[in-house]
Amino acid sequence: MAATGIGASVKRKEDYRFLTGQGTYTDDINRHGQTYAYILRSPHAHAEIAKIDLSAAKSAPGVIAILTGADYDKGGLPAGWQIHSKDGSPMIEPPHLPLCKDRVRHVGDQVALVVAETYAQAKDAAEQISVTYKELPAIISTGDADKAGKPQVWADAKNNTCFDWHIGDKAATDAAFAKAHHVTKIDLVNQRLVPNAMEPRAAVGDYDRATGEYTLYTTSQNPHVIRLLMGAFVLQIPEHKLRVVAPDVGGGFGSKIFHYAEEALVTWASAKINRPIKWTAERSESFITDAQGRDHVSHAELAMDKDGKFLGLRVSTIANMGAYLSTFAPCVPTYLYATLLAGVYKTPAIYAEVKAVFTNTVCVDAYRGAGRPEATYLLERLVDKAAREMKMDRVEIRRKNFIPTDAFPYQTPVALQYDSGDYFSTLDQAMKTADWAGFEGRRAEAKKRGKLRGIGISTYLEACGIAPSAVVGSLGARAGLYECGSIRVHPTGSVTVFTGTHSHGQGHETTFSQLVSDTLGIPIENVEVSHGDTNKIPFGMGTYGSRSLAVGGSALVKAMDKIIAKAKRIAAHLMEASAADVEFKNGTFTVAGTDKSVPFGTVALTAYVPHNYPITELEPGLEETAFYDPLNFTYPGGCHICEVEVDPDTGVTTVVNFTAVDDVGRVINPMIVEGQIHGGVTQGIGQALLENCVYDNDSGQLLTGSYMDYCMPRADDVPSYKVGTHATMCTHNPLGSKGVGEVGAIGSTPAVINAVLDALAPLGVQDITMPATPLKVWQAIQGAPTKMAAE
Amino acid sequence: MPTVEMTVNGKRASAQVEGRTLLVQFLREKLGLTGTHIGCDTSQCGACVVHVDGRAVKSCTMLAVQAAGAAVTTIEGLADGTTLHPMQEAFRDHHGLQCGFCTPGMVMTAIDLVKNNPNPSEEQIRHGLEGNICRCTGYHNIVKAVKSGASAMKG
Repeated sequence: MAATGIGASVKRKEDYRFLTGQGTYTDDINRHGQTYAYILRSPHAHAEIAKIDLSAAKSAPGVIAILTGADYDKGGLPAGWQIHSKDGSPMIEPPHLPLCKDRVRHVGDQVALVVAETYAQAKDAAEQISVTYKELPAIISTGDADKAGKPQVWADAKNNTCFDWHIGDKAATDAAFAKAHHVTKIDLVNQRLVPNAMEPRAAVGDYDRATGEYTLYTTSQNPHVIRLLMGAFVLQIPEHKLRVVAPDVGGGFGSKIFHYAEEALVTWASAKINRPIKWTAERSESFITDAQGRDHVSHAELAMDKDGKFLGLRVSTIANMGAYLSTFAPCVPTYLYATLLAGVYKTPAIYAEVKAVFTNTVCVDAYRGAGRPEATYLLERLVDKAAREMKMDRVEIRRKNFIPTDAFPYQTPVALQYDSGDYFSTLDQAMKTADWAGFEGRRAEAKKRGKLRGIGISTYLEACGIAPSAVVGSLGARAGLYECGSIRVHPTGSVTVFTGTHSHGQGHETTFSQLVSDTLGIPIENVEVSHGDTNKIPFGMGTYGSRSLAVGGSALVKAMDKIIAKAKRIAAHLMEASAADVEFKNGTFTVAGTDKSVPFGTVALTAYVPHNYPITELEPGLEETAFYDPLNFTYPGGCHICEVEVDPDTGVTTVVNFTAVDDVGRVINPMIVEGQIHGGVTQGIGQALLENCVYDNDSGQLLTGSYMDYCMPRADDVPSYKVGTHATMCTHNPLGSKGVGEVGAIGSTPAVINAVLDALAPLGVQDITMPATPLKVWQAIQGAPTKMAAE
Repeated sequence: MPTVEMTVNGKRASAQVEGRTLLVQFLREKLGLTGTHIGCDTSQCGACVVHVDGRAVKSCTMLAVQAAGAAVTTIEGLADGTTLHPMQEAFRDHHGLQCGFCTPGMVMTAIDLVKNNPNPSEEQIRHGLEGNICRCTGYHNIVKAVKSGASAMKG
């Protein structure tokens, strides 16, 4: 392995600019003649807009334009996925206009766009807009939204139901339960979270009257998708007249996948005023406009035989969509959730029902893991509870039900076919690393210090590498989910890589450079990666669903295959040999059985200076584009083990050890992979112990609307981690890679809660809701069947 | 509008500002020093940390006029040409950054932390970074970087 090749922990190429303050994020971009937008938002969760009086605001200093729903004459934000209910009817798809016309449906809904010479002037002017609202009762609670007699978000969506969907074989599942020795039941809430990428969303719209072209700079994980959605569906601007640039993006975690109102508004309004417009969210604005995550209420039942073998699983979930359908929202609680309910277990019969509901809250959509953390949390809490009820060891019940390592490809009862995995090895490796065997000693030692120590485990799987287009198309996706990559070999042999994926922290500039440098045998310094600009990159679907390497990297491999094939023909001509006899290795073309050789750089130069060239057979130049559509999802999996100490006097839970052993397939850069796992695990711990997006149930006001109220994990909330990998290769993509962006957030959360419950088990505590805050843990201890022994 | 004058990264800087202009807005908008970021509006996230007269300050908590006459160092002023400050180098060596957005504030805070405590323990580092939020790294590699940066700053 070269020092910079596949498998090496190469230091990141992007770091120099970030460490010296030279990154270029959207808010750092300023266009000539730029104006600033402030968006006046609804202070009510649900209200009719009776009147908007702009007279005072329009004459405020610096104001250029104020636009409301009455001015907006373009389309609504589309949903990218259509789900059908059990009865075959399509989901209810309400209009989602960037500016509300007659009704607001959540706190933060857009009411007016104020454009002024400075941001302060726009904000000052907005204070002078007088909006008369007629307040309406609001529905907030996920669990209550579909009950009769509740306030209705949309007239068309009876009982606030967007769709009532199901998957699996109900009859077979009922039959499994009929013969069960024991059934374990659980009720769970997977609370709503706020993604909170550190860079607030921003957008700069710039219309060029001379050419009729629009440019949008935006904080997006997928600029081509924004171009497609905004161009084709919202503003009716054809692709060749619309450029979308996502420069450096400061984290996304899903929340920057979606097409947002503000992107359309600044683009649309920039043509109206013929000047560029910048909008940047304040953090408190992000809290009430960025799509939020999770928010499920579920009941699940697991049927077992007398030996603890799983016979059947029944799940019923209500998923909150918020007030509108965000871009990917309908697929998250369906095809990214219920299809994962087999987990790593060979449960033969599964039936899941999912009802999606509208509420007067911010939209809910994909947040790191998107559906898969919800499925994993449900399964792993259920399996732990089943072990306790069956008086079985929680590790043994897992082993007993694991899909055997020789059973791949394995068809689950909920649509997916897993290609590879080895759950026994990741379990064993994690238990060894975490010193599972020595835990009881540590528990006893902690007890002497007055602490309750617990250990929790989660064995999980996820589906990523999103996604095979034909499969997702048959499931309701309105787009293909392939990826595009181009390799441009320059005359002097250096290479520019164009990828349709987008890096917002993942380090693609380094990972893809390693891949290309290793494959083409050229120094890593000679490779540059370009992404995030629809005018530079042929096409792309972006970065989410842990897809960049598995799908985007595979597209680059396919493009390099074409480069090498053409280069061999050029090399064959130079060496006066047959292309079939030319071999390529370590950047050199050779003819088998001879000492003839020609380096990559010479072939590149020849391609552009074709004086001695097979010109009648081959075009000059050396540049190739490939689209790669995956044949299947990829299936990373593994085992997370968490060890906590609870202080019974205060209820404070401290994570003292955390071990993650993940199978993410082939690893290009172990340093980056470990970093992804660290970050994901921290978000998972955040959900388990700290984070909670809370609305007032009557007024619909967001109570956790700032970092003073929404508890983000900080450096002193988490420990250092023990992270390892154990690879089985993905069998259907050329790299064998599975994806790593989400595993940390998917596997960790149940391990933490299972650890907390293990710590509290001696007191008889059997359940705790997330986040397990000190207050909740303290209350659980106080209400426990068995009191703490007097110290 | 008052004119405010200060020294930023060793150079004299002055501009007319509104009284309500924050130091971070002055740096970003008037001086074009966009390395200092704004991640929140409640002085919680630490993305905007700079050094004012040698002390780490959240530049969103301070009016530009309050910094009149001060010596301000931003992330752009740390490296010596192409030679990174040892703390910047340590963040690169230990993969202490991912998206890069919290990074400038994190590095500025880390330098201040080490200045006040040249041999910080892991616990002290974690406590010292409590006012800086990172959503990407899980802090694991940041803590390693600060520890290593502390050693290098002695050298």
